[in-house]
Amino acid sequence: MSYVNSGSDEQTKAERAAAARNAAARVATAWQLLASVEDPEIPALSIVDLGLVRFVDVDPDGALEVGLSPTYVGCPATEVIRRSVQDALRPGGVGNFKVTNVLSPAWSSDWISSDGRRKLLEYGIVPPDNSVSNMRDVLRGTRRLACPRCRSLDTETVSEFGSTPCKALHRCRACLEPFEYFKCI
Amino acid sequence: MSAPAPKVDCEALFRYVLRLGDLSLVLGQRLGEWVGHSPALEEDLGLANIALDLIGQARLLLTYAGELEGRGRDEDKLAYLREQGAYFNAILAEQPNGDFGQTIVRQVLIDAFQLELYERLAASRDERLAAIAAKSVKEVRYHLRYSSDWLVRLGDGTAESHARAQAALDLLWPYTVELFAADDLDRQMADGGIAPQLSEVHCAWSARIDAILCEATLKRPADRPHAWHGKRGQHSEHLGYILAEMQYLQRTYPDARW
Repeated sequence: MSYVNSGSDEQTKAERAAAARNAAARVATAWQLLASVEDPEIPALSIVDLGLVRFVDVDPDGALEVGLSPTYVGCPATEVIRRSVQDALRPGGVGNFKVTNVLSPAWSSDWISSDGRRKLLEYGIVPPDNSVSNMRDVLRGTRRLACPRCRSLDTETVSEFGSTPCKALHRCRACLEPFEYFKCI
Repeated sequence: MSAPAPKVDCEALFRYVLRLGDLSLVLGQRLGEWVGHSPALEEDLGLANIALDLIGQARLLLTYAGELEGRGRDEDKLAYLREQGAYFNAILAEQPNGDFGQTIVRQVLIDAFQLELYERLAASRDERLAAIAAKSVKEVRYHLRYSSDWLVRLGDGTAESHARAQAALDLLWPYTVELFAADDLDRQMADGGIAPQLSEVHCAWSARIDAILCEATLKRPADRPHAWHGKRGQHSEHLGYILAEMQYLQRTYPDARW
């Protein structure tokens, strides 16, 4: 960045402090606005609950940058989310901004907040295990899940894929209701 | 410290990334043919979701390939405007769906290949390829979980499902040779630290497939030498039909948009 120092040192320092305060305020406003952006597939959760917002920064040129991670590479919701973020930020007073796609590190269900997990369960979707690292889900094997409605452990897997790639389809043998499980990834 | 790996040129990397992208694209397109025709709604959703993941991989890979080439071709131009001879997927991916058992066998063979390949590509010296592989491998685990679960149910199922699964395995097995037959491009990528040695991928794949086949009570067919050249653009008669359907709209109405 080219920078012409035309004022005294004190003035510059004061300007820098003001700019930093301004940037911090914009970032805080952006986070607030992003917390109101719903996931298009699971509207009970915001994209912040899901851990899709990787960062919010102000770059040296003064543009606010929002980094978004896609959940699954082919997920059609990715484009919808991007547009929703733009729609939420545009009238919100955060100044000029851009939305960046963050591929690495790959999004993990570990990044869903504890608040997000509670909301998922209330919505009727069993949240993912707390850590991908226990590998319970990887490759063949059974998962013992409690039915989100009647809490019975007498449940079975119907299919590895539900209404979206991120969920598996299960059924409760006690209350006979189907339910979805948000897969560990 | 080992000597620095030889530098890989953009053009070679472009062709290699296309190979990976085309495998995902063609298999994804094939699986899409099941939508509305699967044996049950759950399988319709399962196969469609796997297809969607594969198309997602293809988008990332073809976008990257277009950038490497530097001639202004984006993912859509590469997918919709290349002719058959410019597609570099191994021809296993383009083999017809057949019955459900045949689709599942093809899927197990390719899922296990992508799993072992991507796990290693995640450590590629090429950061972009490493990121794409690290992201995709998480999804491929679920693809293999789905397909291997079905293969066990079919193989270790009724006499009819067992016979059909075995026939599909015997039919498709010879095509797996091409996945692991390293040519100059594969060797260049391995030497340059971009991709793993295919022999190493083959070993890991083989062990994984043996375990699945054992549980499925299916017999592993013998390896016979075959020379397939899908990775060099010489395809079976099936790819042309896939492309005709996939490319019809863009070729009839160039640059059409939603």
